[in-house]
Amino acid sequence: MPYPEEMVAPMREELTNIGVQELRDGIEVEAFLSQKTGTSLVIVNSVCGCAAGGARPGVALALQHEIRPDRAATVFAGQDVEAVAAVRAACDGIPPSSPSIALFKDGELVHFVPRHNIEGRDAQQIAFDLMASFDEHCKTPASS
Amino acid sequence: MGTFHDDLGDLHGITVVVDTTGSRTIVGRCHEENDVHVVLHDADIHDSADEGPSRDEYLTRASKFGVWPKHKTLVLPRAEVTEIRRLGKLSV
Repeated sequence: MPYPEEMVAPMREELTNIGVQELRDGIEVEAFLSQKTGTSLVIVNSVCGCAAGGARPGVALALQHEIRPDRAATVFAGQDVEAVAAVRAACDGIPPSSPSIALFKDGELVHFVPRHNIEGRDAQQIAFDLMASFDEHCKTPASS
Repeated sequence: MGTFHDDLGDLHGITVVVDTTGSRTIVGRCHEENDVHVVLHDADIHDSADEGPSRDEYLTRASKFGVWPKHKTLVLPRAEVTEIRRLGKLSV
């Protein structure tokens, strides 16, 4: 059962306020992931304070890195069910977990951070790992 | 500590590997652990007595990607549990 939207809204805004595009249904996810050129970061957001409480600020820190993905989007687990299912379908073979973070390059999944590698870690640790994957896969500094 | 949860132990909300006295190794999200039982959500069981990947192979893949949840909730008697470790800190 979804949480009340008024409770979830601030958690959505933690990401949308830093320029992460929110995808609310399967069509929006497919349109976002159909961009096959360059790199795309997708964050599966969650209400879980045990993990998502570190994931959101970790993503925010990582997206300040000089080298970062060309675009970033988010879906919300338990709230936007169809959108989350579409992201999970794109991460074929990877067990579902939320929160989680996926990096796609030229349409292919190249890096995945499952929930268990977010739990119990602070934002800086999560950001360092993400920045390392940006350095490996994104290569070129973002234009903005 | 979880945002919306009571104190259910340090591992509440953490994905763990549970070693048992038998051939089973269980990976799941810890809901509660106490002297009586360990309660896991979204859990999967590896049984080294079964055919298929070895325990080490199973844990190597689990530590990289997680597990496909086969059990919504599992309640394990504490007496059967020999060790509980965080999956995210597993050295494989």
